[in-house]
Amino acid sequence: MSKKFLSGNEAFAEGIRLACPQVISAYPITPQTIVVERLSEMVEDGSLSAEYVHVESEHSALSCAIGASAAGARAFTATSSQGLLYMAECLYYASGGRFPIVMMNADRSTALPWNIYGDQRDSLSQLDSGWIQAYAENAQEALDLALMSYKIAEDKRVSTPYMANLDGFVLTHTYETVDIPEREQADKFLPAYETDNRIDFDNPKNMAFSAGPDTNYIFKFKEHEGILAARDVINETEKEFAEIFGREYSGLIEKYRTDDAEYIIVTLGSIAGLCRETADKLRESGVKAGVVRIRYMRPFPNAEIAEVLRNAKAYAVLEKDISFGNEGTVFTNVNSALKKAGVNVSGYNFIGGLGGRNISAGDIENIYNDIINGTDSVNFIGIGGEDNGK
Amino acid sequence: MANKVAESISREEFFYGHKACAGCGGSLAVRAALKVLGPNAVSVLPAGCMSAVGFNFPQLCFSNNSIISTFAGTASMLTGVEAGLRARGFKDFTAVGFAGDGGTADIGIQALSGAIDRNDNIIYICYDNEAYMNTGIQKSGLTPFGAKTTTTPAGSNIHGNLHNKKNMFEIAAAHDIPYAATASIGNIPDFIAKVKKASQIKGTKYIHVIAPCPTGWGVAPDQTVEIAKEVVESGLWYLAEYENGTFKLNYKPKEFSSVEAYLKKQGRFKHLTDDDIQIITASRDKKWEYINRTFEL
Repeated sequence: MSKKFLSGNEAFAEGIRLACPQVISAYPITPQTIVVERLSEMVEDGSLSAEYVHVESEHSALSCAIGASAAGARAFTATSSQGLLYMAECLYYASGGRFPIVMMNADRSTALPWNIYGDQRDSLSQLDSGWIQAYAENAQEALDLALMSYKIAEDKRVSTPYMANLDGFVLTHTYETVDIPEREQADKFLPAYETDNRIDFDNPKNMAFSAGPDTNYIFKFKEHEGILAARDVINETEKEFAEIFGREYSGLIEKYRTDDAEYIIVTLGSIAGLCRETADKLRESGVKAGVVRIRYMRPFPNAEIAEVLRNAKAYAVLEKDISFGNEGTVFTNVNSALKKAGVNVSGYNFIGGLGGRNISAGDIENIYNDIINGTDSVNFIGIGGEDNGK
Repeated sequence: MANKVAESISREEFFYGHKACAGCGGSLAVRAALKVLGPNAVSVLPAGCMSAVGFNFPQLCFSNNSIISTFAGTASMLTGVEAGLRARGFKDFTAVGFAGDGGTADIGIQALSGAIDRNDNIIYICYDNEAYMNTGIQKSGLTPFGAKTTTTPAGSNIHGNLHNKKNMFEIAAAHDIPYAATASIGNIPDFIAKVKKASQIKGTKYIHVIAPCPTGWGVAPDQTVEIAKEVVESGLWYLAEYENGTFKLNYKPKEFSSVEAYLKKQGRFKHLTDDDIQIITASRDKKWEYINRTFEL
């Protein structure tokens, strides 16, 4: 194991190098560019043996990756924001075809107004596209997700594409010290891709076909089963990862001081660290504050969320997203989890960080105070609340 | 060369049991090309007629490895398939795309241009039936001037399509592609010889084959091949190749057959006036003036 000082993008690229994709389709978009730049250098210096394809758009980036995966190759691409939306058609194609492609998405605001900075409206708008969606908090987790992603996606029970999301700039461009696993260990952890879902010259296949009303729903049910199966596979994979590399992860969610917590912020991505610091500070003044970081939005941690919030007095969902005309999508998902489990706790939604706007420690402290005292249902940090549907 | 290829093609069928309309020109082009390329062809077909008639689970009609791509993604998926198979160590295969005129000249042109630019080792065959036939005969970028489609109605103010056919052959050639060719299913020996030649060239190959659609063109199903011959004889289409930076004309009619006769046989051109036919004839003559000046014979 060696240590390097890397940005989130660079750490992810290191993880991908260790995962040995055979085909990389690359198209640049800020703030993802460093990933495809580093990968091209790795191919150049021979430390990564892959077909590196300079596609002419994001649509082609994912279409090419689908073709490569159909050929039985391990495929990688990366995108962000407008690029993710431009390739959206192919997202559904990849998941419907059960092609376990891995894609890094640098979470970024979507136009209009134009904005290159980080929020999570791009990936959260694609929750229904059938991809596993993971959200990293730091560069080390980004690297580790890159390595774990293929093992999870390619598991025969899962066979589902995997989107690893890194907050634009805050994570993609921030440098941290990162442990780089050894090649030998990585190879032991992640064997070569094997599947029946590929072109076969001995037994030719017709792939990506049509299925009418008689059979379509069966394919869709199987697709749903596949992504749900990732719940167990993620846990198994993290256990094996910890045994080999010594770093532990906690499955679909990560809990912080929640055992006795009365007031809990549920969030995702890089803002979680500041939430934990703020919870520590409030604990010193007697507030029983806790934090839940959602690591996977799909499959969604329904049971885990319900369990951790069951005994709280109130919770906030802090997210860099808004489903216009309703509320933040993460809030909707969390509320659904509680409803299904019969958990009745007051919940409030806080929308922040849109277009890269800073969320300060003071903002987070205010969130805790607001949920202690009660507030509007949906609150835009820095603007105010509204009681949509309350 | 052409006859030799005809003798050498596989007796095996690779595309059968499909639901194409009677007299479908596109399915003939796909069938013939796959007989040239053989069992190790991997075909990529976008949303369109051939995928709609050939890929309905559980009735799957290709006996070689085949996959549907997104509508815009024929060329990009071909790139991925070719790269993926090569990365896995396969050498003896041909990645071939079959896309219609809309899938090629309109929605798929960006991905096609990208693939040619990268010189990916693929064959891209555009079966041109001159409109979006699968969705019910709407105008595409390759619908000829004057044609009536369901989105270019022929009324007293506007006589069908107002735009000329996009020149995909020369657009492909302008990338300095290793090999590009035009063909017609009215001349199968010429078409399959070009497919054979393409399969022996490394890099990107583009073949544009006219494949009449009796349903959309308004001709009898048994007239597909005849009308595909006549479009060449009348000079409204031509058989040519681009290779090593040079255009070559493969066939020059001694005398053009009647443009009017070609047009008036088809329901889609029935409404054309003498003036319209004059415009089409003049456009043909201008094109041939260019071909005679710049193409080798």
